[in-house]
Amino acid sequence: MTELNLKVAEEIELLRLVTVGSVDDGKSTLIGRLLVDTKGAFEDQLLAVRKKKGTTHIASAAEIDLAMLTDGLSAEREQGITIDVAYRYFATPKRKFIMADCPGHEQYTRNMVTGASTASAAIILIDARNGVMPQTKRHTHILGLLGIPHLIVAVNKMDLVDHDQAVFENIRAEMNEYCARQGVKDLICLPMSALDGDMVAVRGNHMDWYEGKTLLETLESLPVLDDVDTKPFRLPVQLVNRPQTPDLPDYRGFMGTIASGTVRVGDAVKAIPSGNTSTVKEIVTFDGNLEEAFAPQSITLTLNDEIDLSRGDMLVHIGGETSDSKELVANVCWIGDEPLSVRKKYIIKHTTNSVKAMVASIDFRRDIHTLSKDDADELAMNEIGQITFKLMKPIHCDSYADNRMTGSFIVIDTFTNNTVGAGMIV
Amino acid sequence: MSEGNKSEHKLTQLKALEAESIHIIREVVAEFRNPVMLYSVGKDSSVLLHLARKAFYPAPLPFPLLHVDTGFKFKEMYEFRDEFCKKVGVNLIVRRNEDAIAKGMNPKDFGVARCCGALKTQGLLDALEEGEYDAAFGGARRDEERSRAKERVFSMRDEFGQWDPKNQRPELWNIYNGRIHEGESVRVFPISNWTEMDIWLYIREENIPIVPLYFAKERLMVERKHLLIPYYEEMKDQLLEGEEPKMVMSRFRTLGCSPCTGAVRSDATNMDEIVIEAAAARRSERETRIIDHGSNSMEDKKKEGYF
Repeated sequence: MTELNLKVAEEIELLRLVTVGSVDDGKSTLIGRLLVDTKGAFEDQLLAVRKKKGTTHIASAAEIDLAMLTDGLSAEREQGITIDVAYRYFATPKRKFIMADCPGHEQYTRNMVTGASTASAAIILIDARNGVMPQTKRHTHILGLLGIPHLIVAVNKMDLVDHDQAVFENIRAEMNEYCARQGVKDLICLPMSALDGDMVAVRGNHMDWYEGKTLLETLESLPVLDDVDTKPFRLPVQLVNRPQTPDLPDYRGFMGTIASGTVRVGDAVKAIPSGNTSTVKEIVTFDGNLEEAFAPQSITLTLNDEIDLSRGDMLVHIGGETSDSKELVANVCWIGDEPLSVRKKYIIKHTTNSVKAMVASIDFRRDIHTLSKDDADELAMNEIGQITFKLMKPIHCDSYADNRMTGSFIVIDTFTNNTVGAGMIV
Repeated sequence: MSEGNKSEHKLTQLKALEAESIHIIREVVAEFRNPVMLYSVGKDSSVLLHLARKAFYPAPLPFPLLHVDTGFKFKEMYEFRDEFCKKVGVNLIVRRNEDAIAKGMNPKDFGVARCCGALKTQGLLDALEEGEYDAAFGGARRDEERSRAKERVFSMRDEFGQWDPKNQRPELWNIYNGRIHEGESVRVFPISNWTEMDIWLYIREENIPIVPLYFAKERLMVERKHLLIPYYEEMKDQLLEGEEPKMVMSRFRTLGCSPCTGAVRSDATNMDEIVIEAAAARRSERETRIIDHGSNSMEDKKKEGYF
């Protein structure tokens, strides 16, 4: 790194990713390849998981027991299974990446939902020899439900099918057709050999017939914010800042992370649910006041009028209001040990607002093998369905399709306090 | 309003991480009765404190800082701690496991694991219990170590302060579940998603003051196995055979207790040079910590209550 690169390092953007696929698809090899090729893992960390004792330098991903790098918990290594989502970090001169690495087999719904909820892009691995498996479709369905803006299908192990273009094209056609039915907005398919490194960070010379970008080039060029800053303005209030110090006796600042949109000084805003209106006086930060702020910045706003606004409420632009209802219909991924059932009571936490809720009906359970909508009395761990909740007081929300931040919620068990469900408002 | 148009804004990755961390810190203050921020005087703590000050500006910090002191920190760390906390006006609480210190606990006679267990883990658990804190912020990062890669931002602890890695709450979107039972507590890691490189870049960009030991200088050192250990007069009797203190141009990548933290040879005397050095580093910073070596040690210590 030089002084010029220092400037670049400060200005790069952040992309959150999720990788799905089973161990057999070569996910560990791919992750190891990305970490080694981008220097995302340190030598002592790699040496700790080397295959051969006595190796003192790691030159390629093949010398590492990659599962050992992934399985950070002793229980995982003892049982030879991956229990939980792990987070990996790597950077190129253009971008920093946070990658949620989701185990593909056990409890994949729970892990995938956790890992994918914040991701802007997903890498779905397919073994070129096996083609599109039922599991690939299930994963893709869940990723589509979670509204991941960009899906990258990496057809791996191309070296084992003689880098045959026809194999790749067949898989691409099938995935294109399937994703179109799922409403996936952006799908990229690319051939790859993670073991040799072809099409990961470098093109290699086995697949000249493919003209698209390598995986790393693709990840470097995807939009980061997408259009989250151009959507209607939403500021869920986290806290009201009232220092009550001698210099700031009457200061009232509304603190929060902008869920979507952009706000400027002077904008006409409305507090929800009170309905009171005012205009933005200042956008306060430690580094000085701003003229405008956008999602996902964390800011403090002051207003020109004293209005009723506190934690759990939301500030929006006049004319850009949310919908509010005491009945909530949502796709729910169930992640609790105890099944969800009709008339059970839970707490729903939506943005910074917690409300009591009761299950009014299970509209259907989605069979994630056939995608059919089935009748059901309960939703067990790792199952997905459409649920109607009755709420003790209305929440102010958008549909998940319109807004991932104000369209999502978690379900909390009132007895154990555990997080038992992930909801996406229809 | 420009709704419906393509994005025209850009958020640098450091600013994106900063926004996420501030969101987490505010969420804890909103949902917990009595939070505290662990402060170890190191670079990660310095970043965490800086983020907390940003989160609540222009108000002062709504929680105290807690330094669990082992008595073995470098004297430069104590000087920095007292001066900096006074300057920015934060409420600093210092706690030590006085029983163990009175019994002469030290890593040489009792072993590193026992010493850490008594002075750090037990010292911490006692201090948390005494203060009746229900949430404690820590500066741990997921890139530091493989068991930390699996830890949640809100990490639940039972009444004994212990971690159960097999039974963690899923964390979805940026919605954190802060509900706990009486007696339980959470450890909260607002800089989970930062890497060592991000920490250095942010310290540089934000001009965050850090302990001078992080900058390279000619220092009196002893070479022990593959580690460079700083030499103080009081250590005269603890030198092993063949060891001789000598001046070495060196600095610390990470700061812990003086008997157990090694330095690295370095010429990096300013922040630009430190960032350039961090970018070229092939070995992780925890390599200079004696405590981490040995199978599973971090996971075991974390289960017992260590940060």
